[in-house]
Amino acid sequence: MDKKTLVLGVIGADVHAVGVSILNRAFLDAGFDVVNLGVMVSQEEFISAAIETNADAIMVSSLYGQGELDCRGFREKCDEAGLKGILLYVGGNIVIGKHEFAEVEKRFKDMGFDRAFPPGTDPQTTIACLKEDFHLN
Amino acid sequence: MRPVLLIDFGSTYTKVTAVDLETEELLGTAQSWTTVQTDIGEGLAKAVAILEEKTGPLNFEARYACSSAAGGLRMITSGLVPELTAEAAKQASLGAGAKIRGVYSFELTEDDIEDIDEEAPDIFLLVGGTDGGNKECILHNAEMLATCKSDFPIVIAGNRSAARACARRLEGRDVHIVENVMPRFGVLNIKPAQDEIRQIFLKRIVEAKGYTKAQELIDNIAMPTPSAMMQAMKLLAEGCENPDGTKEKGIGDLLAVDVGGATTDIYSVCDGMPTDMNTVFKGLPEPYIKRTVEGDIGMRYSIHGIEEAVGTAYVSKLSGIPEQRCRELIDYLGSHTEVIPQGENEDELKHLDFALASGAIKTAVTRHAGRIEEVYTMNGLAYMQSGKDLREVKQIVVTGGSLIHTERTGDIASAALTDPADPYSLKPREAEVWVDRSYILAAMGLLSAYEPAIALRIMKKELKKEQQ
Ligand code: B12
Repeated sequence: MDKKTLVLGVIGADVHAVGVSILNRAFLDAGFDVVNLGVMVSQEEFISAAIETNADAIMVSSLYGQGELDCRGFREKCDEAGLKGILLYVGGNIVIGKHEFAEVEKRFKDMGFDRAFPPGTDPQTTIACLKEDFHLN
Repeated sequence: MRPVLLIDFGSTYTKVTAVDLETEELLGTAQSWTTVQTDIGEGLAKAVAILEEKTGPLNFEARYACSSAAGGLRMITSGLVPELTAEAAKQASLGAGAKIRGVYSFELTEDDIEDIDEEAPDIFLLVGGTDGGNKECILHNAEMLATCKSDFPIVIAGNRSAARACARRLEGRDVHIVENVMPRFGVLNIKPAQDEIRQIFLKRIVEAKGYTKAQELIDNIAMPTPSAMMQAMKLLAEGCENPDGTKEKGIGDLLAVDVGGATTDIYSVCDGMPTDMNTVFKGLPEPYIKRTVEGDIGMRYSIHGIEEAVGTAYVSKLSGIPEQRCRELIDYLGSHTEVIPQGENEDELKHLDFALASGAIKTAVTRHAGRIEEVYTMNGLAYMQSGKDLREVKQIVVTGGSLIHTERTGDIASAALTDPADPYSLKPREAEVWVDRSYILAAMGLLSAYEPAIALRIMKKELKKEQQ
């Protein structure tokens, strides 16, 4: 019953499907309950799914380069919907152009994301972060 | 001869249909006023007398009935997120043949409770949360419902981890716990709730005062009328097995429209999920047999709803009657709900009814059908589908008291087809039209529980194909 529930999906009009299916598998294997919403997921869909399933974290994936735009106002909407303090992660291909990752990471954190991951992050790294944030061992 | 009597206790009329199981013929139909105030047995006896005037005395070997009398099965539901569990609850109730008087989402308020008390539904369906998901909302709502003054059965079909706690909060009430309508995210599981709703419905009829003194009659009531319709539609689409093991073929995926005086019901029997790789489906999966009810769309009591939905210009164009005159006639029919234009010199009203029926079907089918949205991605076009895709449905069945008298029913039915002006609505592209001229579908749905192959053959014989 203490299984943590993660809502996972690719945000916006993004159709890159391979990454999330790999993450889905990895999170399940690590003992999480995963609600995989697939591709082209709106902020509202992430939030509705998180409400019904009483999710502990929302994992946002973005590959096609518009992640920052798509993620604007996400934290505020979560607050509005009563998902106060839910863990928000973002990853995939969220660096556009020649920006430093640290800079990008800061921008996402300013938007209210708890963690942002650079391209090519190993799922195990993310799982370790989840365990840390959930105080699991 | 092996005559069987099929009875539909409607809110206005009690309709009877007699069939002969031996020759597989429709013997006749008749109707009389429903007499719910005194004893429904009276109206039935009258209807049977009228029937036997036409057919001669019949020695029925069985009688089966469905009922939407006494307001039908009025339900209110509450869920959590509007598009998710609240929608699942609505689907479950509609599919159980209910008349939905309210759908609430998130936490019920004191005002909501007042409204619910006012409505005093026959059954309340309480859901919310996936299994192991959100509990707060359903628990809160159970607590609020406990303060209702009126006493109605409550079916709990939400997060299983909260079910018992909800029941405790509703102690002293008639509570029924069943499986979650949405056990996992995006998975629809409405059958257990529907079965329970049906059980409660039957029990309620047995207990209803004024229903009838003849206990034997009540024992024959098998289901609410809309459920009988759904049974008939499923059988007609899928076909069934003959007693000798051969297959009695159905007509395939279908869409059925039932245009009444107050509401318009639409049924679809098909899968309706995306078929091509480029389309992503959004929202809850759709039930294979889907029923929607438009409470604001009907040929008499809800005539103004049709006008509002399609506009007076549409009615005027299709009927060839000037707009001003359309408005007058619509007001007239709205307050003279019994008028059925059948006479020689009632062409004007006939034309108006033609336009109104087309408008009713167009509106109700558009609401029933899914939609597709184009999404421009940087490498081309992708599609996002919500709701059922009916484009490949090739059969349309037309029924309903207000349509079976009309002429040009085939043309009316074409209002259910795709409209070039709204290409994103997923309505049938082209279809054959079947008209339920003798108004026997609900009766055949009833019969299908006992003699499916015979019911199917009678339907195939009696439904008339109509040119568009
Ligand atoms: C296959 C592919 C496509 C396919 C996708 C097919 C499909 N349905 O999945 C198609 C041809 C449709 C496509 C289209 C486009 N693509 Co493309 N595509 C790729 C490609 C070659 C591989 C993606 C892939 O599947 N990788 C394998 C998976 C396993 O890796 P991944 O997706 O990165 O996911 C892993 C990690 O990133 C991480 N991760 C992902 N999400 C998250 C989320 C969290 C929270 C965390 C912690 C981790 C995490 O974990 C995953 C598993 O290890 C990449 C280039 C590349 N090599 O990455 C370009 C790439 C992603 N595409 C790109 C672009 C620009 C596009 C298009 C806009 C136009 C174009 N040029 O083709 C369109 C956009 C369409 C749309 N609306 O989405 C760019 C994105 C550039 C950017 N972000 O700045 C890339 C990087 C190519 C490039 N270098 O230009 N693409």
